[in-house]
Amino acid sequence: MTAAATEKPLTKNMRPDGSAMDVRAYLQAGGYEALRKVLLGGMTPQAVIDMVKEAKLRGRGGAGFPTGQKWSFVPRGKDAPNPTYLICNADEMEPGTFKDRLLMEQDPHQLIEGMIISGFAIEADVAYIFLRGEYVLASERLSRAIAEAYAAHYLGKNILGSEYSLELYLHLSGGRYMCGEETGLLNALEGKRANPRSKPPFPPVVGLFGKPTVINNVETLCCVPHIINHGATWFCALGRTHDAGTKLFGASGKVKRPGLWELPMGTTMREILEEHAGGMREEVTFRGLLPGGASTDFVTEEHLDTPMDFTAMSKIGSRMGTGTMIVLDDQTCPVGMTWNLMHFFAQESCGWCTPCWSGLGWAERILKAMEAGQGQPGDLDKLTHQAKMWGPGATFCALAPGAAEPLQSALTCFRDDFERHIREKRCPWR
Amino acid sequence: MLSAEEINEIETESARYPTRQAVCIDAMRIVQRHRGWVSDESLRDIAAHLGMSVTDLDSVATFYNLIFRRPVGRHVIMICDSVSCWIMGYDRMREYVGKRLGISLGETTKDNRFTLLPIVCLGCCDHAPAMMVDDTLHSDLNPEKIDRVLERYP
Repeated sequence: MTAAATEKPLTKNMRPDGSAMDVRAYLQAGGYEALRKVLLGGMTPQAVIDMVKEAKLRGRGGAGFPTGQKWSFVPRGKDAPNPTYLICNADEMEPGTFKDRLLMEQDPHQLIEGMIISGFAIEADVAYIFLRGEYVLASERLSRAIAEAYAAHYLGKNILGSEYSLELYLHLSGGRYMCGEETGLLNALEGKRANPRSKPPFPPVVGLFGKPTVINNVETLCCVPHIINHGATWFCALGRTHDAGTKLFGASGKVKRPGLWELPMGTTMREILEEHAGGMREEVTFRGLLPGGASTDFVTEEHLDTPMDFTAMSKIGSRMGTGTMIVLDDQTCPVGMTWNLMHFFAQESCGWCTPCWSGLGWAERILKAMEAGQGQPGDLDKLTHQAKMWGPGATFCALAPGAAEPLQSALTCFRDDFERHIREKRCPWR
Repeated sequence: MLSAEEINEIETESARYPTRQAVCIDAMRIVQRHRGWVSDESLRDIAAHLGMSVTDLDSVATFYNLIFRRPVGRHVIMICDSVSCWIMGYDRMREYVGKRLGISLGETTKDNRFTLLPIVCLGCCDHAPAMMVDDTLHSDLNPEKIDRVLERYP
């Protein structure tokens, strides 16, 4: 086992030319060993769940819910409803996020193996990969990999001669950010509008077509085979803080080397920004960043030494989110950036809850006017009030609370810039 | 009328779901792949085939941005307007494409060659700005690159 294989388990198979690994290459790299260990080595579903719990695996889609705990909510036993579903949330649409695309395009079998093991753990009968429609290359490569996995008896009836059977299907979405919200996703997969559902009941109990359903992010599922292969202790030790594992971190914006890196959980924002992304381009200086996608709070210089993990980031009033940071520089208008973000959220609101469909559009119009030199005294109070109205708890899903995060933090971090727009009746960056 | 090929593809997908309605998004995408868009007539045909009301199906169709309820050109350009691309010059790229083709967002060129639409984050943020033309992603855009890309779509 090379160092890279144990330190960068998720990306060890990635090739410089970006091509996908087929089943033969994946097997040569040790692929499907974890599945053999689970199915032929006598592991029980409960043993897999316990191991994933012990490994402290938390969801990589942004919310960070403990994966093993989510799995344990699925009803089991003779009287449990069936079928049980496993869904891979591959609807990567959080602005600034580009991590799951890499995992699916370049190592599709890693995801498939992770899904089969996870499916076994929750005793799932059917699994779907819910893939956003724009990810055409990922769709082609996943389709090919799924066919290869069926041909090699990793999918279908009595996998590898065991008692376990799983059907795996790829679903291509018709679009909309709401499909990434787990109950919106369930409605989309049922052929309905992707409005959110009331919770409880939660999907592990009442999910797809009313049956028990676990929904996990791509990166989360990709961690599972490595936990089986190397153990929970090894996985915990990969992280630099008390959060376990590695994480795909990224940076975009005017940095020298925008990109994506698999690093220990708990790597500081400064290290990601300066060492991996190469720091800011020569002609600009750093002003702030959204640490993990559009729906996370802005972070400024004073907090850059914070480790990127679930706990430390929430302590400074932000979130790790998807771990892919969007960097704001001094040549880019923070009001314009906030307008762009609010435009996104307002457009993607599904129209189900009033604070969201009404409030997001209102905020967007205020910011648009401000950028056009028509800001009014009192606008900032209105925006602050709006952000408070969006929850959490005021709407069925996390879209509006997510929109509140960049807005409320922009109003704090870049207050002078907002006030200058109103006072000077123009955007100073135009 | 749905073609035999369309019906065949819809039924293949339908086998993956326990209800008829669940396949409706796939069904509309299949018809769109064959005809470019989903007309009122296609909508009626799909609804009838799946045993859904036309209104129910249209409420689904109009929710999803990748289902086109109006005709589009031979090629569809989807230009990313989300935050990373915006920082890296989305406004200039959209203006350039628009000027080159003589259309704004939501419009189709007179010769029916291109339709220009905005799209949310394409997951290409480290190579922003980005756009898709039909099924292909084009990244690190600048005016020269846009010229070269557009030439590839007659």
